[in-house]
Amino acid sequence: MSARAPVPRLAIAAAIAVAAVLPLLIPSWATLMTLILAKGIVVLGIVILLQAGQVSFGHAMFFGVGAYAVAFWGKFVGPGDLLLFLVIGPLAAMAFGALVGLFVVRYREIFFGMLNLAFSMVLWSLLEKLFHYTNGADGIRVARPTLAGVAFSPETFQYVLLYLTLGLVLVVSYGVQRYLDSPLGHMLRAIKTNETRLEYLGVSARRVLLMGYIVSAFLGGLGGVLVAIAQQIATPEFAYWTKSGEFVFIAILGGAANAAGAFAGAAVFEIVRFFAAAKLANAWQLILGIVLIVIIMYAPNGLIGLFNKKRGDAEGRP
Amino acid sequence: MSRVLISARGLKIRFGGVIAADGIDLDVLEGENLAIIGPNGAGKTTFLNMATGYLRPQAGTVSFLGRDITALPPRTITRMGVARAFQIPQLFLDQSVIENMLIAAAAEAGDLSGWRALRDTPARAEMEDLLDLVGARGYAERTAFELPEGQRKLVDIALALALKPRVLLMDEPTSGVASAEKMGLMDILTAALAKKKVSSVFVEHDMEMVERYASRVAVWSSGKIQIVGPPGEILANADVRASVIGI
Repeated sequence: MSARAPVPRLAIAAAIAVAAVLPLLIPSWATLMTLILAKGIVVLGIVILLQAGQVSFGHAMFFGVGAYAVAFWGKFVGPGDLLLFLVIGPLAAMAFGALVGLFVVRYREIFFGMLNLAFSMVLWSLLEKLFHYTNGADGIRVARPTLAGVAFSPETFQYVLLYLTLGLVLVVSYGVQRYLDSPLGHMLRAIKTNETRLEYLGVSARRVLLMGYIVSAFLGGLGGVLVAIAQQIATPEFAYWTKSGEFVFIAILGGAANAAGAFAGAAVFEIVRFFAAAKLANAWQLILGIVLIVIIMYAPNGLIGLFNKKRGDAEGRP
Repeated sequence: MSRVLISARGLKIRFGGVIAADGIDLDVLEGENLAIIGPNGAGKTTFLNMATGYLRPQAGTVSFLGRDITALPPRTITRMGVARAFQIPQLFLDQSVIENMLIAAAAEAGDLSGWRALRDTPARAEMEDLLDLVGARGYAERTAFELPEGQRKLVDIALALALKPRVLLMDEPTSGVASAEKMGLMDILTAALAKKKVSSVFVEHDMEMVERYASRVAVWSSGKIQIVGPPGEILANADVRASVIGI
């Protein structure tokens, strides 16, 4: 993956510095930045599945599972710690991913995408209808957790959450990069180009895809935990199909050839929404739609593909 | 007597009105290079598909080293020691040639690590040697997509050899290769098979290749085996010359 679309280290370092420093100058950006990074983590899960040529239109279900794991804990158990939530949310999403994965990895392409959508809609309906447990469409409020037993003021906590999220982004990106460079990651890419040959090498393509699916569910759950805590609420919208579509949208916007694409896409998406929603009310979708059209037509490898394109041009390669 | 590797008994399969296999009995012996010849549509590829689990025969059995493999999927049969190369090379086109080989090596070793880099596999030197053996070492770092057709064929075969099979089934290894290069390809191929002590079955249309490289020939005709024997005898047979060679 890194070999296919290398992004200059300097650009990555600059992006990390901006994410770390900018919110110190503009406090209102702390939560925005956290949301960008957390969504980028979820999109990283989409990017993993894209390596195998598969698009899930229901991935928000894992985002929802992560968020509701935190919300249910608060509602039924009591106050919790951020570290605890960062364990139970992703684990719950992984378990759910393993279960759903057993069904969906039997299918490919549009069938894979739609079956994911169907599972996510079942989850969404349950969250809406089981009012007694979930408060229905109102969702469940998520109280500000402690971190390793330490309680913070709201102002400090938004920075605590931001820097924790930033740290997790670095850890998770490194892990995903390792995974995609490993035998299992290469086999995942092999599903896209030649599943028959993979089977004729003695490898179960379904097993390879299931492992990728569980990893991507884990990332979805992790993102869900962080967003639920940042926004202090979990609602059925977290698992709704428009949210799934948003993640796929960001993945295409950013480009699937490098982990950095997920975060570049999430940044553009959230920033356009943040400013356009304030200034243009209901027109922000229009702006994002135009951005996506331009990307697909002129930069089919996404924002992150632009680095490669420039490099290729310079070296006289396509 | 040589040991029987693959043994097919009474294989039958029908696609709509076409009978692609109508009672195929065939033993593949250890150490041989068995050529399968016959007109288009005689069921040669169908036999390879049934022998490797891609198609399940409607009747009959296939066994490998005495174990029934008729109902097993390709990946299980592959892991037992039956590898396959394809008429149209089946490579992972957007990965480099060495990565293709390393995926095969990881598959052979059952290495499904999600953490250690593929490129740091201990089998790397071995895979480079294998590419050397098929004359594709120079392409190791190139994307498989960039390979010329003849090289793709060889890499496809190298992928199969990376699995350390007992027997390799090849569907027209020289099709799509310029006639001037066929001999070179088959020389490389048979040398590699001999070196790795891999028995082989190959479907072939070029009788010159059959005569030169096969140790035994089976002639297919309308889903049946017409005759099996040594190349000299088979290629001199008047019926075979009429049905297959068209003389």
